[in-house]
Amino acid sequence: MKHLSRYRRHKAAAPLLLLFALLAIGTTFSVASATPSKSISTFARTAAIDEGRAIFLKGCSSCHGLNAEGGQVAPSLIGVGAASVDFQVGTGRMPMADMSTQAVRKPPKYNAEQVAALAQYVSSLATGPAIPTDAVLNYERDGNTAEGGQLFRTNCAMCHNFAAQGGALTQGKYAPTLMGVEPKYMYEAMITGPQSMPVFGDKIITPAEKLSIIKWIKSAQAEPALGGAALGRVGPVTEGLLSWTLGIGLLIGVAVWLAMKAR
Amino acid sequence: MSARERIAGTVAGYVDDRTGAAKWMKKNLNKVFPDHWSFLLGEIALYSFIILLLSGTFLTFWFVPSQHEVIYNGSYQPLSGLSMSEAYQSTLHISFDIRGGLLMRQIHHWAALLFMVAIVVHLLRVYFTGAFRKPREFNWIIGVGLLTLGIVEGFLGYSLPDDLLSGTGIRIAEAIIQALPVVGSYISYFAFGGAFPGDAFIPRIYTVHVLLLPGIFLALITVHLMLVWYQKHTQYPGPGRTEKNVVGYPLLPVYMAKAGGFFFIVFGVIAFLSAVASINPIWLYGPYTPGQISAGSQPDWYMGWLDGLVRMSPPLETHAFGHTISWNILIPGLIVPGIMFTGLALYPFIESWISGDKREHHILDRPRNVPNRTALGAMALTFTIVGLLNGGNDIISTTFHLTINQMMWFSRIGILVLPPIAFVITKRLCLSLQRADRDLVLHGRETGTLVRMPSGEFVEVHEPISAEKAWVLTQHEQPKPLELSDTDARGVKRPGAIKNKLRNRMSRANAVAVPKVSAQDLKEIEHH
Repeated sequence: MKHLSRYRRHKAAAPLLLLFALLAIGTTFSVASATPSKSISTFARTAAIDEGRAIFLKGCSSCHGLNAEGGQVAPSLIGVGAASVDFQVGTGRMPMADMSTQAVRKPPKYNAEQVAALAQYVSSLATGPAIPTDAVLNYERDGNTAEGGQLFRTNCAMCHNFAAQGGALTQGKYAPTLMGVEPKYMYEAMITGPQSMPVFGDKIITPAEKLSIIKWIKSAQAEPALGGAALGRVGPVTEGLLSWTLGIGLLIGVAVWLAMKAR
Repeated sequence: MSARERIAGTVAGYVDDRTGAAKWMKKNLNKVFPDHWSFLLGEIALYSFIILLLSGTFLTFWFVPSQHEVIYNGSYQPLSGLSMSEAYQSTLHISFDIRGGLLMRQIHHWAALLFMVAIVVHLLRVYFTGAFRKPREFNWIIGVGLLTLGIVEGFLGYSLPDDLLSGTGIRIAEAIIQALPVVGSYISYFAFGGAFPGDAFIPRIYTVHVLLLPGIFLALITVHLMLVWYQKHTQYPGPGRTEKNVVGYPLLPVYMAKAGGFFFIVFGVIAFLSAVASINPIWLYGPYTPGQISAGSQPDWYMGWLDGLVRMSPPLETHAFGHTISWNILIPGLIVPGIMFTGLALYPFIESWISGDKREHHILDRPRNVPNRTALGAMALTFTIVGLLNGGNDIISTTFHLTINQMMWFSRIGILVLPPIAFVITKRLCLSLQRADRDLVLHGRETGTLVRMPSGEFVEVHEPISAEKAWVLTQHEQPKPLELSDTDARGVKRPGAIKNKLRNRMSRANAVAVPKVSAQDLKEIEHH
C-alpha cells in the first residue's frame, strides 16, 4: 500500500476518490433496491414481453405510439408500471370505446393472461408501480375498518361520496362508484392515479392504510340497509324526492278520499 | 233517562257550573266547515307538527347537545375508537342502542320533510284560490312566517347530530353569515362563540331548536287556527254558497271524526315511510371534522333551492375600504330570498292595491279566473324549481349523464328566462280555459253523438250542462280596470301621477279576461 499512499496528496486523488465512492454507493443501492423477479424465469419473461408487445402493437399502439411513447390523444406509457396496465386493461377501461370525457368500466377486452403479458411489456420499458400480490392485499388481516373510514372521508369522500357511491366532477367527468370493485383494482387506482384521480403514494397513505380504506369500503358495501331502503345513499336529494312523491301523494290521496266519502 | 245518562248529565252539569262551557261549546261544536280535499292540506302540516313534537321529545331524552370530544365505544363497529363530539355519539346511541330509537329519529326527520311539503302545498292552495284576500291578510302573513321559521327549524334540526353532512351545512351557514357586509365576521364570531366550529354552536342551536322555535310555532299555529275559526273557512263557489254563509258539515260529529281519523292516517303514513325508507344515515356520514367533505353534499329539500341559487352564482367579489363583499353569496344567499319572502308576505296588499278591491271575500277564486295571479304564482314556482334542480346538480348530472357545467348554465340562463315564459304560458292557458268555460255554458257538453241532418250535414249533439255547473262557471266577478286620472275634478295635476299611471297599467293587465256568459248571452242562445 506504500506505493498508493505516495499519491494521497496528488491533485487527482480527491476527485478520483469521490468518483469511486459515488460508484460504490450507486452500485450498492441499485443491487439492494432492485426487486428480482422470482416467479418468472428470464426465458418466460422474455416470451411474455414479446407476447405483450404483440398485443400492444395490435390493440394499443394506434393511440399510444409504436413504442408506447404516447401521441396526440394518449399519454406515454413508459414508466407507468404494471399496476397501471392491470387496472386500465383489467377493468375494461382500456382500450377506450370512444374518445369521450372519461374511460368507463366495461367487460375487459383481454383475458387475464393477455393483461399480464401487456403489463410485463409495459413494465419492461421502465420501472413503475408493480401489481400488488395477494399476500399484500390481505385487507381482512392487515386493515382497520374505523381507521379506514376516517382516511376514506379525509381523502376519498370528496369525490367518491361518503358511502363510496361515486360523484360528479367537472365537465362530465365523474368519480365512479366503488361498490363491487375488486380490492386489487382499488389498490392499483390508489398507487397509479388513473384519469382524474390523484396518486396516493406509499408515503402519503401507507400500504397498511390503503388496506384499511379497502376494508372500510368492503364493510360499507356489506352493511345491511339499517334504516330501511337505502335510497341510493346519495344524501337528501332522494329523500326530498320521496317526500314529494310517495309521501305527499299518499296523504293527498287520503284527503281526497276523506272529502269524497262525505257526499 | 238511564242511569248512565244521569251520571253523564251530572258530570256535565258540574263542569258547566264552574266553567260556563256549555253555551260556548254548543255554539262552537255546531260550527260548520266546508268540505274539500284541498282544505285538509293545512291539517297535514298541523298533524306533522304534532308528530314532530312527540318524536322530538323522545329524542331529547338521550340526545346530548355538546361538542365535547369523546372516543366512541358503542355498538356500531365501523366507527369504533374514533374521536367525535358527544352530540354525534349520542345520536349514534339513539340509532343503535335505544329500543325504537332509529325509528323515532326517522319518524322525526320524515315528519319534518312532510311538514315542509304540506306547508308549501297548503300555501299554493291558498295562493291560487285567493284565500289570502281580505279579511285573511294577517293569517297569510302568519303562514309565511311559519314557512320561514320551518326552514330555519329544519336546518337547525339536521345540524344537531354533528355528522359530516350537518357540519358541512353549518359551514355554509357560517359563510352566508360572513357574507353580510362589514358586520358579517363579527356576527359569525358571536354565533359560534369564536372561530368555526368552536364548541358553543350546537348547545346554542339546540336550545333554539327545542325551546324557542317550537314555542313560537305553537303560538303562531294557535293564532293561525283561531283566525280561521273566527273568520270562518273559505269555500269554493257553488249554488247556495254566498259571501255571507258557509256550507258544509258541523264540527261535531262529522269533522271531529274526520280530523281525528286523518291525524292517525298522517301518523301512519309517516311511520310507514320511516319503517321502510332510510333517512339521514348519520353513521355513514361519519363525525364532522372541518377537513372532510363528501361529494354530493346537499341540504334537505326546503333549503335545496337556496343552495341551488348559491351554486349557480358567478364568482363576483368587490374589495372596498379594507372590506370584501362576496356578492356571489350575498345575492343568492340573502338578498334574493329576502326579496322573495318579503314579496310573498306583502302579496295580498300588492294585489288589492293593483285591483283596488277592498271588499271581503269568502268565496274562493277558480285559478283560471284570475290569470295574472295564477301566472305570477307559476312564475315564482318556476324560479324556485330551477333553483331546487340546480341544488341537486351533481346527483342529477351523474344520474342522467349530463355534465355539471351544462346543469349550471341551464340554471343560470333558465332562472332568468324560464319564469317569464312560465308567466306568459300560464296566462294564455288561463284565458283559454275561460274560453272553454264560456263554450261549455253556451253550447253544453260534447256528447260524441253525431247526427246526420236531412240536408246531409253532420252535427254533434251537445247536451246542456246542469244549472249547478253553469252557476260555478259563471258566478265569478270580472273586475274592470282602474281608470285613475292624472288630474282632479278641477283639472289640476294630482301628485303621484306616475304612480297612478303604473297602477292603471297593472290594473289593466290584471283585468284581462274572456267575457263570461251573461244572462243576455243565454237568452240569445235559447232563441236559436
